[in-house]
Amino acid sequence: MKHHPVPDSLSTPVRRYLFRWEIFLLLVIAMVFILNSLASPYFLDPWNLSDATFNFTEKALIALPMAMLIICREIDLSVASTMALASVCMGLAAQAGFGTETLVGIALLVGLLCGLFNGLVVTGFGIPSIVVTIGTMSLYRGITYVILGDSAFTEYPDGFEYFGQGYVVWVFSFEFILFLGLALVFYVLLHHTNFGRRTYAIGHNPVAALYSGIQVNRHKVILFMLVGMLSGLASILLTSRLGSTRPSIAIGWELSIVTMVVLGGVSIAGGAGSMTGVVLAVLLMGLVTFGLGLLNVPGIVMTIIIGAMLISVISVPVVLNKLKQRRKVR
Amino acid sequence: MKPLSLIRRRESFLGVVILVLILAVGLITPEFLSAGSLLGAFNDTSILIILALGQMLVIVTRCIDLSVAANVALTGMVVAMLNASYPFIAVPWLLLLAMTLGALLGMINGLLVWRLGVPAIVVTLGTMSIYRGAVFLLSHGAWVNAHQMSAGFIEFPRTTIAWLPVMSWIALTVVLVFFLLTRYWRFGRDFFSAGGNPTAAFYTGIDVGWVQFRAFVISGLLAGLCGYLWVSRYAVAYVDVANGFELQVVAACVIGGVSIMGGIGTVVGCVLGALFLGVINNALPVIGVSPFWQMAISGAVIIVAVIANSRAERRKGRVILRTPTLNMARG
Repeated sequence: MKHHPVPDSLSTPVRRYLFRWEIFLLLVIAMVFILNSLASPYFLDPWNLSDATFNFTEKALIALPMAMLIICREIDLSVASTMALASVCMGLAAQAGFGTETLVGIALLVGLLCGLFNGLVVTGFGIPSIVVTIGTMSLYRGITYVILGDSAFTEYPDGFEYFGQGYVVWVFSFEFILFLGLALVFYVLLHHTNFGRRTYAIGHNPVAALYSGIQVNRHKVILFMLVGMLSGLASILLTSRLGSTRPSIAIGWELSIVTMVVLGGVSIAGGAGSMTGVVLAVLLMGLVTFGLGLLNVPGIVMTIIIGAMLISVISVPVVLNKLKQRRKVR
Repeated sequence: MKPLSLIRRRESFLGVVILVLILAVGLITPEFLSAGSLLGAFNDTSILIILALGQMLVIVTRCIDLSVAANVALTGMVVAMLNASYPFIAVPWLLLLAMTLGALLGMINGLLVWRLGVPAIVVTLGTMSIYRGAVFLLSHGAWVNAHQMSAGFIEFPRTTIAWLPVMSWIALTVVLVFFLLTRYWRFGRDFFSAGGNPTAAFYTGIDVGWVQFRAFVISGLLAGLCGYLWVSRYAVAYVDVANGFELQVVAACVIGGVSIMGGIGTVVGCVLGALFLGVINNALPVIGVSPFWQMAISGAVIIVAVIANSRAERRKGRVILRTPTLNMARG
């Protein structure tokens, strides 16, 4: 549980800005950036940096609504399986001869429905979302195995490859531009709308939120649907980038997405976090993986570093806080 | 505390479902009902049962341990590599080493949760990738195969004593110890007090963080035990051993009626939850259903089971005023 102490004075803007999580992340990013450009001469090439964005944009897209869901005290572990299901449905439709527009619609719809089902089970029966989505995680993934077995879809209509492989201008890929646009949309949604304020209110105190007239359950179902829909979108990008669908597509992604969100300063206990933090965490993870990749560090060793980063970054403020309190007691 | 009759009802219900399942499979393929086949199914589920019991203690104290499967892989790899290089080290020593190493890995989780107050899901998400990566660092991605392991190493869990293989006996022993622990020892009851109502536990003099630490250590110790059992049973050790198994372990607990909110859970329920998954895994190939169905079915089962459990918990909630509103808000 994260504690929010009542401030003892109201006018300390400079100090508060200095100790913001986002500033801390920014410093770490700057450090990683400098270290990377010192370590490898290939790092600062714009095309290389552009290639690096492909590794995290699909996950990052899901991290945006996931941050809101976690702020709202819920979690969705079924996102990667939702992606697989959406991808398989697109594959089925492509085999039946449907065009690109239909495929996009199908993926978004499947994602939306998966999210709706999660949301309805969680709110309708009052079950913790971590349990429900562990269940739907194997349910959705299981359905893809039932449909596909050990085969794969590889035939997609012309023009479909643009989503995952196309560039808008110069080095800026369609994926990355889409991510930047949606990050802006979610920033506004979380920090400048009633919907966003309600998300924080529910995360802080669901009972108080209910008594002040917020339709808690409806709000949560909408958030689950958002997460589902963006998983569908991520599925379009990934399927288009790979050009094929296997039942094991995007396996294990849910954990890296949650890592991104938590690294971004979103409290797993709900009620706290910002979209800026999440976007910065996404960039940080992207830079670290890319830099290590240039140094020929194998993928599994990167997971060690990301795991250690997650734990240490989360515990640094806790340790600092403890030291500060100890000094106060003296 | 829930009335005893209700606990009995839920667990006997699960027991009946398992029996019906076994009989239904037996109707299609009578060979499944033979003692040998049923004991084989139990033996196959031993590891899941042991891990689920450790996980139960962690969940009961309002935490979760997602690093168990990675712990199994790491301890399994350590003992397998030791055995391959130094075949003269006797199996009991390796078993002891695996359990100590597992407990140490659990201790790291426990310390981070207890001393730093980092949420358990974050800690174990992190250590899960660290432990899994450590297997790779240790083995450089190489496999330890059956021919590199000594005969004793592979034979130990298979040795039959009084009709049952040693692996089944180990699972039965763990079940018995846990039954006594959670019912009659204060050490065991503390887990339930700490998870059921941390504030009340604090005022009765129970250090909640310390109790959570112990739960993680026990979960890690059992994961270490299973690390050896896993590599010797399948006679192979590689980086992806037990990949994703942590979710099956949590699922077994949830199906067995362990509440993810903490404080509620029984050994019998937990064992039945694991057996339920075990029977499904064993029965599907027997009745000729493609193994590709296994994942979808266990997913559906988890959802149905948690819905059934939530009903049982809600019935208890009506006793206290306002709890239904709380549940609504929480959901």
